[in-house]
Amino acid sequence: MALGILGQKLGMTQIFDDKDHAVPVTVVAVGSNVVTQVKTREKDGYTAVQIGYGEVKPKALTKGEQGHLKPAGKLLRHLREFRLEDVGAYSVGQEIKADLFSVGQVVDVVGKSIGKGFQGMQHRWNAGRGPMAHGSKFHRHPGSIGAGTTPSRVYKGAKMPGKMGDERVTVKKLTVVRVDAERNLLLIKGAIPGAEGGLVVVRPTRLVGSSETRLRSDASAQSGSKR
Amino acid sequence: MSRLNARLIIKEIEDAQLKPSLPAISPGDTVKVFAKIVEGGKERIQAYEGVVIKRRGSGLNETITVRRIFQGVGVERTFPLHSPRIDRIEVTRRGEVRRAKLYYLRGLQGKAARIKEQAREKTERQPIKA
Repeated sequence: MALGILGQKLGMTQIFDDKDHAVPVTVVAVGSNVVTQVKTREKDGYTAVQIGYGEVKPKALTKGEQGHLKPAGKLLRHLREFRLEDVGAYSVGQEIKADLFSVGQVVDVVGKSIGKGFQGMQHRWNAGRGPMAHGSKFHRHPGSIGAGTTPSRVYKGAKMPGKMGDERVTVKKLTVVRVDAERNLLLIKGAIPGAEGGLVVVRPTRLVGSSETRLRSDASAQSGSKR
Repeated sequence: MSRLNARLIIKEIEDAQLKPSLPAISPGDTVKVFAKIVEGGKERIQAYEGVVIKRRGSGLNETITVRRIFQGVGVERTFPLHSPRIDRIEVTRRGEVRRAKLYYLRGLQGKAARIKEQAREKTERQPIKA
């Protein structure tokens, strides 16, 4: 797994790319990412890099958290760990910036989806509904949730109304359209989970059985043939 | 980072792409849109003239829909005003209409589909500023 970066979703807009196509993008601010801890096999039993984001006042953190962040030199609200094979290139206090990513790179974005509250079958599970008129009294009900004699119980995990949203969502294989190293912004094609201002993790996509470069060249060939 | 700041950053990104000047265009106007098209590997500019029947969106996202009758068939094309594909736009005639969306023109043809020319320029008409 490769190192990712933490940031805040700022909102969506569109930009005209080099082919003059209007591309919908989400702007992510990824400023002040700092390596807060480097985990080594000798000391921790595995290798990983922990990075932090979001500077805060001392009163926002406990004494223990402040002590943990002392070597990094910054007080940060959000910490995330990335498992890496080789952590030699990273040291505590090192800054991670938007230029970790390059234009055209394929990334995954992890965020927390907007909470929708208690929702019925139609919204939460895309169920159909009954007729709203012609004497029907079956409007937006869940319908049958299981057979009677056998199994004579409701299977665990049956889709039912309930709390929707406000959960961790990963959107995979989004393209980085622009990297603004100066302002530490990433412009990512398409929508990403969460509300504006919400914390997101951007990391290189995990690809099985294909190299990242190959996927990148495939993507550019595809967009070229569309015209 | 506050939300206000977020809107500012996005506005900066958008403003950098806005065209510095565009003529004032409103529904009913006859316009000539000079669009860049790629033909056989070469780029050239193609003019498309017709009546603006709709204007929608704002800022970077603003588009106009231009209707013309081509070989007896109604053709409507929608242009993003700030697209780099649009070289320039000329207003050839100011039309006087009482609606923002001129969908009623779709059902009319010939003499009935004419639009009265504006007798004098309305003062409040402002050019679209970036």
